[in-house]
Amino acid sequence: MSLEKPYLDVPGTTIFDAEQSRLGYHLNQFCMSLMKAANRERFKANERAYLDEWPMTEEQKQAVLARDLNRCIKAGGNIYFLAKIGATDGKSFQQMAGSMTGMTEEEYRDMMIGGGRSVEGNRVVGEDGTAQAQHQPQGKAGQKASA
Amino acid sequence: MAKITASVYTSHVPAIGAALDLGKSGEPYWQPVFKGYDYSKQWLKDNPPDVIFLVYNDHATAFSLEMIPTFAIGTAAEFTPADEGWGPRPVPKVIGHPELAAHIAQSVIQQDFDLTIVNKMDVDHGLTVPLSLMCGQPQAWPCPVIPFAVNVVQYPVPSGRRCFELGKAIRKAVESFDKPLNVQIWGTGGMSHQLQGPRAGLINKEFDNAFLDQLIADPEGLAGKPHIDYVREAGSEGIELVMWLIARGAMSDVAGGPAPKVAHRFYHVPASNTAVGHLILENK
Repeated sequence: MSLEKPYLDVPGTTIFDAEQSRLGYHLNQFCMSLMKAANRERFKANERAYLDEWPMTEEQKQAVLARDLNRCIKAGGNIYFLAKIGATDGKSFQQMAGSMTGMTEEEYRDMMIGGGRSVEGNRVVGEDGTAQAQHQPQGKAGQKASA
Repeated sequence: MAKITASVYTSHVPAIGAALDLGKSGEPYWQPVFKGYDYSKQWLKDNPPDVIFLVYNDHATAFSLEMIPTFAIGTAAEFTPADEGWGPRPVPKVIGHPELAAHIAQSVIQQDFDLTIVNKMDVDHGLTVPLSLMCGQPQAWPCPVIPFAVNVVQYPVPSGRRCFELGKAIRKAVESFDKPLNVQIWGTGGMSHQLQGPRAGLINKEFDNAFLDQLIADPEGLAGKPHIDYVREAGSEGIELVMWLIARGAMSDVAGGPAPKVAHRFYHVPASNTAVGHLILENK
């Protein structure tokens, strides 16, 4: 019998379930290692060499080097673990969350001050809300892309 | 006999802790958030508990992917505020209540909930931000705290129903403790927020306020809400709200007592990526 996963049709969202966790085990454990100041220093000194100490996939390593959190999540990363990379880079949670939308830091902050992203059109894949695939990237970056 | 006298519900956004620690609480962005807790700080002084049973979640701090306990009770004598990557928060260490915690562990496990007993654990913003919101910046927290960590990071997380039933078991456990302790139970996390993917920044005021209404008036019905409703309506991290049902399940009206008094209710958007919700319910 197949497992019940009713969350697969939520747009712009990856649920960190047991399967994702299995895929991302080494990626997430690498992130945990950055909670020690000495490891943060070693990572910053030579990111590639530090990543090579971990049995991560090449895609996971490239996603980390590119600081592409959407790619990291697709490869099994979880945001609470990935936040340790952001902390190492001196980034806030808001900067990290915003980076996954394509919006600039200012655009994302303004959206939050304006009450946040509406759920309308963003409940199910196939609707027309801001989080849907056809509207990526968001903000000015998206306008430029479609111009 | 020990007794649960009240329950407190609040979001635990890390940026709130950072704002307080960096002296930014008077800035226009943060002022409305902290104003919502002015009443609560006075209320806590007027209604001082002997122990706070604090339900929260660890955010990949004490628990990595090496071990993922669904329900973990802290039975240590003290708990150190964790370095989450930005350095530890400059807040007092958390003093535990090993005697009551061990009693609750024994009783709740005998009521068929498989708790993990944790004798050594650092505590992250999930636990310390609610204390800061309710107590301000004291030299020491006003009373011992029993940390109760719930896995809401890796799915499947416990259902709302299971959390609500667990709350009932915790109330029974507290009431069978043979010392006259005044215990408060706090449920933390939420409200609507999503921290990942192109849908990051989702906020749903209608959902949040309906959740608060139903938490007060019909917690039994609210306990039946499936995970997918939280994810779809309140964002992937909005699932933290199931932890509020643990605290609500421990209130005496659930066991046939009178309805609780709503001492305080507050809601504000945004704090960083998140909607802030807050309730204080008193047992009558």
